[in-house]
Amino acid sequence: MAREHSEGIVAQLSLRGIRKRFRTTDVLHGIDLEIGDREFVVFVGPSGCGKSTLLRLIAGLDPISEGEFFLNGHRMNDVAPSRRGIAMVFQSYALYPHMDVYENMAFGARLMGLDKAEVESRIAETSRMLRLEPLMQRKPRELSGGQRQRVAIGRALVRKPDVFLLDEPLSNLDAALRSDVRLEIAKLHRDIGGTMIYVTHDQVEAMTLADKIVVMNAGRIEQVGSPRQLYETPANTFVATFIGSPRMTLVDVTRDGDRLGVANGGSVATGALPPGSAFKLGLRPDAVQLQRGQGGEGLTATVVYTEYLGDNAYVYARLADNTLLSARTTPNDLFAPDELVTITVAPGAAHYFSAADGRRLEP
Amino acid sequence: MSTAQASYYDRRGIMGTLGRDGLLQIILIANTVLMLAPIIIMVFSAFKTTPQIFQSPFAIPDFTQVANFLKIWNETNFLRYLLNSFVVTGASMVLILTLGTMAAYALGRYAFTGANFILMFFLAGLTLPLKLAIIPLFMLMRDLSILNNQLSLIFVYTAMGLPTTVFIMTGFIRSLPSELEDAARMDGASEARIMWSIMLPLVRPAMVIAGIQNVVPIWNDFFFPLVFIQNDDLKTLPQGLTNFMGEYTTDWGVLFSGLTLSAAPIIIIYIVLSKQFIAGMTSGAVK
Repeated sequence: MAREHSEGIVAQLSLRGIRKRFRTTDVLHGIDLEIGDREFVVFVGPSGCGKSTLLRLIAGLDPISEGEFFLNGHRMNDVAPSRRGIAMVFQSYALYPHMDVYENMAFGARLMGLDKAEVESRIAETSRMLRLEPLMQRKPRELSGGQRQRVAIGRALVRKPDVFLLDEPLSNLDAALRSDVRLEIAKLHRDIGGTMIYVTHDQVEAMTLADKIVVMNAGRIEQVGSPRQLYETPANTFVATFIGSPRMTLVDVTRDGDRLGVANGGSVATGALPPGSAFKLGLRPDAVQLQRGQGGEGLTATVVYTEYLGDNAYVYARLADNTLLSARTTPNDLFAPDELVTITVAPGAAHYFSAADGRRLEP
Repeated sequence: MSTAQASYYDRRGIMGTLGRDGLLQIILIANTVLMLAPIIIMVFSAFKTTPQIFQSPFAIPDFTQVANFLKIWNETNFLRYLLNSFVVTGASMVLILTLGTMAAYALGRYAFTGANFILMFFLAGLTLPLKLAIIPLFMLMRDLSILNNQLSLIFVYTAMGLPTTVFIMTGFIRSLPSELEDAARMDGASEARIMWSIMLPLVRPAMVIAGIQNVVPIWNDFFFPLVFIQNDDLKTLPQGLTNFMGEYTTDWGVLFSGLTLSAAPIIIIYIVLSKQFIAGMTSGAVK
């Protein structure tokens, strides 16, 4: 696909009412999504939420059951994968095992009908960028995990696609390498400036890499937004508990004037409240303050255990209604198991969700 | 008491002395000797005269005494038989591997209605003793007027070889990661190119296994040539060898040298190809 540099637009994706059915099972229930030019979009969600399926539909590896997919205004539903101007990096890398690194990168480029000199110059450029030059004659089995990963990215780059798809590219790497490669992918996106779609179930990857995060659950999009938007104004309880670590605690509360009460567990003032008498109170660990002993104003709780992490610590405490709540404290302020504590909430730091359907309520 | 017990437990059994690997080695070496002995005796006998074979069957012969080989070369149609065997086996193998791999690829990579039935149909061939059908086969070949023609052998061998080949290859092709196929499709490869450039190089070990599995019985087959081929110029090696067995009132020396020569190509093919299926081709492809 020709790049349209003159118009300044490389790739704009538009998904309208996309559904996917495998035999009788619905996997995606109507996905509507706009992806802008040069954006780094991350699809995130638990296993089986349909994020990889959606990626495969965009790639053209599986047919779309219903709905339409446009790339730069052209309908792509029936266009062959290789003609969409899309390249994909697979979770398992899927390098051709019988070809060396050079051949792996040349295979796709040759099939595009490029002449020999162009293929060579593209491979030279890509291998320099990804530091693959000393590895060009090696077979995939002679490479380490990180090197294979770079070759897989290189193979995609050589085709100079408008859109990059990355399917859980870090899941086969060990933890130390993972953050290195994460940085490299972020840098790569800055350098080549293409549109990237990245699938992961790891919310840390999503938060650190994305311009825009698409949170998916059970074949539906729960929320689309920047990492900050998702963290600060989650649209519902699913997004609220999925983004952020340790997860947000949800407490069922009833309203009593300007205070919120937990059944037999005290009450707390959290600032401005949304209308209604009963809802779910969402508390992130940093919104919560702990005081030793009970009797003061606040929610009563019992410490279950403390996680010491060096720079800070998390205390897990059980409320009167049996909800497990996490709170951040300083390493100098550790709590012993079974210690009784009182919980207060910083004004304006809490989130409120509908008790009926889990949607966000604004105060 | 404790020392007595300790010494009892310290006594090393055969496992202790040799270890598990040592025991395995002994079994493997014994097996090797058992397997190689007949072949070595065959080769030895090829250099002996018939009286020598009966006097000292296990003695190491004088390897300069090649009278038997000369006799085969000069007085029999050996070269002709050898060539016939090559033609029949070669053509059958080409057909078996081409058709078998293509069938297995379709069955292994594409989900279509009836795929399982077709696979079962192929596998049903494994259960049929083909020799039971020799009379209908004979009539079939007669009606096709390819009796006394090597085509009859090639057809029968191909039919005989396809079930095992499809069985071995389908299993192997199914085990190849489908992401490789997806990657090639993203790269713009056609179905034919995916099969030819990506998948077939990876199933080579399976093709070698299927090949060896088939080449040995076909090369050694005595039954079908005996029934289908009468013309001496078309006979295959095993059939030809029996020919001069009676003629020379069983000259064992000549017979053994003939057998040695006929076994040699297969043994060489086996040695050359054995590296292929020992090397794991897919390792490192997909983690």
